[in-house]
Amino acid sequence: MQDNVNIKGINDGLLITLNPAEEWQVITNELATRIDEKSAFFSGARITVDTGTRPVPKYELSSLKALLERRGLSLMVVQSESQTTIESAHALDLRTSYTAATPEAATGDDMEISPEETGTNGVLLGRTLRSGRTVHSRGHVVVIGDVNPGAKIIAVGDVVIWGKLRGVVHAGAEGDTSAVVCALDMTPSQLRIATFIATSPQEKGRKVRPEKAMIRNDQIIVEAWE
Amino acid sequence: MVEKPKSASSARVITVTSGKGGVGKTTTTANLGVALARMNLKVVLIDADIGLRNLDIVMGLENRIVYDLVDVVEGRCKLRQAMIKHKQFPDLYLIPAAQTRDKTAVSPQDMINICNQLRPDYDYVIIDSPAGIERGFRNAVAPADEVLVVTNPEVSAVRDADRIVGLLEAENKGPGKLIINRLKPDMVKKGEMMSAEDVHEILAIKIIGIVPEDENVVPASNSGIPVTLNEGSRAGVAFRNIARRLNGEDVPFLPLDDNQGLFARISRFLSGGD
Repeated sequence: MQDNVNIKGINDGLLITLNPAEEWQVITNELATRIDEKSAFFSGARITVDTGTRPVPKYELSSLKALLERRGLSLMVVQSESQTTIESAHALDLRTSYTAATPEAATGDDMEISPEETGTNGVLLGRTLRSGRTVHSRGHVVVIGDVNPGAKIIAVGDVVIWGKLRGVVHAGAEGDTSAVVCALDMTPSQLRIATFIATSPQEKGRKVRPEKAMIRNDQIIVEAWE
Repeated sequence: MVEKPKSASSARVITVTSGKGGVGKTTTTANLGVALARMNLKVVLIDADIGLRNLDIVMGLENRIVYDLVDVVEGRCKLRQAMIKHKQFPDLYLIPAAQTRDKTAVSPQDMINICNQLRPDYDYVIIDSPAGIERGFRNAVAPADEVLVVTNPEVSAVRDADRIVGLLEAENKGPGKLIINRLKPDMVKKGEMMSAEDVHEILAIKIIGIVPEDENVVPASNSGIPVTLNEGSRAGVAFRNIARRLNGEDVPFLPLDDNQGLFARISRFLSGGD
């Protein structure tokens, strides 16, 4: 049986797939519940909605957009196989896509690795994340480059930074306390794992070395990454 | 009149931007314009800060404005009519911004069109971008062949510059080149201000100039005579050096103070780091 609401990370945000067979009201209620359950993970995400073959009139699409916006999410792209839905999206000034493929990344700096097994998803970013950039992933995130102050990574799984971590990272964003964060130089402005939050101590003359952060005894600890 | 050595037939369009306001975009634009004009190059400056125009004041041309950028875009005058010739340099022109409108009066395509009209006849078109990352910034960057990112050695200015560099990369305008403005060597030495190295470590883009804090800058801007015309000014020298580097010369960086150790360190990382 198909889930009514399916959410997964894509290179430019989140893809929400809505079952075209189920009643619209049921689906939107379920979507709202799903988002509210994990508002920390969703906050600020760029959303692509796939409505499949369902013809969605403008007022329904508009209420869906409002539903997302009330929760701090922005609806960017509508994917559909229905002409009606595409027209509704155009009327609301949304980008549209007929294909089921992921929309082209606006910036082209994110790359998705195809999952090796169902349920695991990872994102590889091959360059420095500068201020203002946010990455959401339902899986793990690997950055080859720095994460500058003002950049943010939110991952359900682990986060590995092959570079300097100076921004904000939230690993285990859905509550996985076994999630870890690794970086070659670990000085995040804030580090979160599951529901725990830590900031970097202000140390002068700190020795730069690869470190790994994890939860132990209900607090975030950082140790040498070997 | 000295005939300038003939350079490329097409102008290079350079946009000066920063993200944060007040870091010295307009001062930089004015001084680079004057410095390039002194090298007998043909230069047009465009003030893209529609609604908050300033470049005309710093250039001392405020009272000569008849038409502005928006008049050109909306067809009320020819491009040539909006170009104000500088008092001292006949090959230096300013296209002022409109003071009464907002950024939406001009589109990125309008800016590309205007620059394309200017390209055949000039060596440099320098665009003074407004602060921010919205429409005005996009207008200013759209026609750019090269972008100069101005920052101050302060955490907030560097943070905004980082955002700008990210946006430039996203728009395929390259990472840009960095100008660190208003550096105070004394404070850096005491550890109270970020050094050029500290800034470079975060932004990781090529530095094309470091301009020291200089008390001559404000009075120069107020009087409409850009500081680079003041031979004794350290900031003026720094701006002249940036102009020469832009034009392809290999100019060593100024010693920021008498401390050769600091200078040696800076020149080392500038030559090594890119």
